[in-house]
Amino acid sequence: MVLEQGFDQEYETVDLNINMGPQHPSTHGVFRMVLAVDGELVVDVEPVIGYMHRGGEKLSETLDYRQGIGIQDRTDYLGQFNCEQTYCMAAEKLGGFDVPERAEWIRTICVELNRMASHFMFIGAYGTDAGFIGTAFIYGFRERERIQDLFEELTGERLMYSYFRVGGVAWELPNGWTAKVSNLLKELRQGVADFKGLLSENEVFLARTRNVGVISAERAIDYGLSGPMLRACGVPWDLRREEPYSVYPRLEFEIPVGEYGDCYDRYTVRLREIEQSIRIVAQCLEMMPSSGPIMAVNMPRMLRLPVGEVYARTENPRGEYGIYLVSKGGNKPYRLRMRSACFANLSALREMTIGEYIADAVMILGSTDIVLCEVDR
Amino acid sequence: MIQAWFGIGWLDAFLRVQLLVGFMTVNVLLLIWAERKVLARIQQRLGPTRTGPMGLLQSVADAGKLLTKEDVKPTTADRWVFDFAPFALFVPIFVSFLALPYARDVWVRSLPLGLFFVMAIQSVTIVGMLMAGWGSDSKYALLGGVRSVAQMISYEIPLVLSVVGIAMLSGSLDFNVIIEAQDVVPNIVYQPLGFFIFLTAAMAELARNPFDIPVAESEVVGGPFVEYSGIRWSMFFLGEYTNLFVMSLLGTVLFLGGYAWPFGLDVGWPLQLALTMGKVSLMILLLFWIRGSLPRLRIDQLMSFAWKVLIPLTFVQIFLNGLVLTYAWPKIILTFTSGAFLLLAAYAIRRGVRRTGRVPREQRLDALRIREARGLS
Repeated sequence: MVLEQGFDQEYETVDLNINMGPQHPSTHGVFRMVLAVDGELVVDVEPVIGYMHRGGEKLSETLDYRQGIGIQDRTDYLGQFNCEQTYCMAAEKLGGFDVPERAEWIRTICVELNRMASHFMFIGAYGTDAGFIGTAFIYGFRERERIQDLFEELTGERLMYSYFRVGGVAWELPNGWTAKVSNLLKELRQGVADFKGLLSENEVFLARTRNVGVISAERAIDYGLSGPMLRACGVPWDLRREEPYSVYPRLEFEIPVGEYGDCYDRYTVRLREIEQSIRIVAQCLEMMPSSGPIMAVNMPRMLRLPVGEVYARTENPRGEYGIYLVSKGGNKPYRLRMRSACFANLSALREMTIGEYIADAVMILGSTDIVLCEVDR
Repeated sequence: MIQAWFGIGWLDAFLRVQLLVGFMTVNVLLLIWAERKVLARIQQRLGPTRTGPMGLLQSVADAGKLLTKEDVKPTTADRWVFDFAPFALFVPIFVSFLALPYARDVWVRSLPLGLFFVMAIQSVTIVGMLMAGWGSDSKYALLGGVRSVAQMISYEIPLVLSVVGIAMLSGSLDFNVIIEAQDVVPNIVYQPLGFFIFLTAAMAELARNPFDIPVAESEVVGGPFVEYSGIRWSMFFLGEYTNLFVMSLLGTVLFLGGYAWPFGLDVGWPLQLALTMGKVSLMILLLFWIRGSLPRLRIDQLMSFAWKVLIPLTFVQIFLNGLVLTYAWPKIILTFTSGAFLLLAAYAIRRGVRRTGRVPREQRLDALRIREARGLS
């Protein structure tokens, strides 16, 4: 009998295991964290992934280079244009196609708008993680919706755009689209200002995000973090600068970096990146030639790439997204490997979370800005 | 002495209770509708629009749905505790209605120790939360239950102590005396600090943003209520919104002059009733507004805010009251001193959050201990 042992005897306590996910409001998709908690403190965390695995890499081997673009939309569903661009760049590198200038400008506008849409989505969702009853979420979605309306007008799709092609883009911009984009930039500036008032200066938000989920620059590099996660630690690593592609060498923009590598830095880095993207798009609209070809001239009707292998990488909203493409000469890739930024970013979750509170585990997971479709592919 | 509306005493009391139950149910339905509409405005949405004029019948539709829903019970739940938890939460809140005044003669029973009765009966709701958390046999519910007990007990103290300041000023625990003393100047003028503390502690008692830690949607997915469904869940909901009304009414009576201010005691009861309800609506609107614009605190921050900020401030308020009342100084001194301390506290909180440098994790001993045990730096 337990009671007969008396109350002065020491009992051994065990940590409580909490299974967070795969169906949980704040795991951002189907992700599972098995938390071992001691009271409110997280003692251990085991991330479980793979619920969204659809075999995208294997599937790409059965699709030709035009169809493969569709798979890219379905990996990172918040940075679709960015992934399409990486795929097209890999194929163009192997095939030796020169993308016409106007197509590059159009691509850059799309990619940067997409980056903003993704970051707005992150900030909105992060507000929900922090405990807003949807206010931040709706604010973020309002801005994302404006961008998506333009994408819909351009591509006819709201999620799976499939607009880029190997060698250029699929069709010309609709009439008056660029004017709408320049109007949009003003609204987005207002959106950034709204978030500065709602979140950046909010005492409760500051208290919740500062000093939470700190990771040092050395450890971040060890884990292979990239994108805003790495830049928040103070490492100014941005592929648009380090390994310039497309028209980025001709554009002026800054690379926002954080200082402490905590959740607040990750948030501010993304917010400042939106401002830089607005700058980039504004420059693109100015410098873009008003007419010209949008498809490479020597494109064959059926695209067959020469034997070889190539690695192309771009700076996606979530970090370095890479495509490793092996061709044996057919109209389909022999092997395609996607380097997922989220997967690497997620690997640091355990390091960041242990020792923090349960509420912080949610904030830290949110600050990695994962897209589970990209993690599992 | 309140005149009996319905003849003999016990019948009169019984009928008044029946009136109150009806009023409360309609009131909760309206409150839920109002909260959805107000939050929607804050978030630039429309809120419910389809059911009835301006969506007024939305809550009725929801209630109908909840009533007809299956009452799911976990097989491992502690049956009696699980079944009775909604009542343990709901009944005390309802009972506290008995002593609350709406107009001079409009209440169930005037108690000489009414304030004491309401405060005492309010704290019984904690038992309901703990019963729900324990009886559900769910880890999320248990965490939420433990959180809510810790939070409610901590915030009970500043709540009661801020009310003590009012009792000192009025020299009574009788609601009649408290209200009638405010016919010229409401207590908030003399006790701005007390009102701030009361409002903060009331928000914590109600588990509303930024103190909705026990029911945090993004962490413990509803906390103690996670396993409840159908009618039992709606009992919790009913209790939550009734409590919102009780707390607002209490704030109105204690700080905003109840039915007495600004028209004095000689006006008819319909006007007094309208005054009370108008003030209560303003208080509730304020709580909705705060809910829509603040994220959630963390449990340790919540506790340290209660013990390190609010409770010392309540002692300051009580000390000031005692000083002024003992030496019979003019009460206007209280306005300035209490207001000065309120401004000082606001400044200190703002400053404290911003100036708290980023503490390296090495200084947080609990985190360090856990991380060392797991082989992390």
